[in-house]
Amino acid sequence: MLHTVNKSPFERNALDACLARAVKGSAILLYEDAVYAATKGASTAQRVGQAAKDHKVYVLGPDLLARGFNEGQVLDGITVVDYDGFVDLVAELGTVNAWL
Amino acid sequence: MPGIDEPDYDSGVVKKFMYVNRKAPFGTIYALEVLEMVLISAAFEQDVHLAFVDDGVYQIKKGQDTKGIGMKSFLPTYRALEGYDIEKLYVEKESLEERGLTADDLVVPVEVIDRAAMAELIDSMDVVLSG
Repeated sequence: MLHTVNKSPFERNALDACLARAVKGSAILLYEDAVYAATKGASTAQRVGQAAKDHKVYVLGPDLLARGFNEGQVLDGITVVDYDGFVDLVAELGTVNAWL
Repeated sequence: MPGIDEPDYDSGVVKKFMYVNRKAPFGTIYALEVLEMVLISAAFEQDVHLAFVDDGVYQIKKGQDTKGIGMKSFLPTYRALEGYDIEKLYVEKESLEERGLTADDLVVPVEVIDRAAMAELIDSMDVVLSG
């Protein structure tokens, strides 16, 4: 299953709601304002870094760049994907659970 | 000579306006809408202050490259505010720290103040508009 989160972790609890209910081994894609959760130095870094040990965590590159962050500022263990990569994940994993 | 019923637009009343930016730039329309309001108030020659707190600090993060998402960047507009004599920009220290940012990560010169000082500053305003 692919879980998607698109809200800022500082403003909404969608990320925490997702992390609390995504089973081990499932994939999580952070996009739109959720990309902030993938950045080093943010207070969410420890939580998300820990999640990256139990899940395959992805972040959408174009949303990251639009917000002024580059791949080097992404937490270790998180994979940057482009739009094609997003589509591939959906095609590969089948069920999408969007935590809006 | 102006008619007797015409409003007096040149009365010189200048109020302290503050725009409180609390949202990240692209996920919602708030940041752009507040910026539109700021430019309007500049035309009316008011005493304009901008505050960036919570996710609002992300609005002025350096290096935003929006080509990939097909949206317009409004960083150039923040840089142009100086030309409209809007130079009172305040950023909350705690909000920067929580996000791993410093004043060096921002595109415009700002005054970084702590949350208590921000509270006092907001309290001293005549008009506060938040988004």
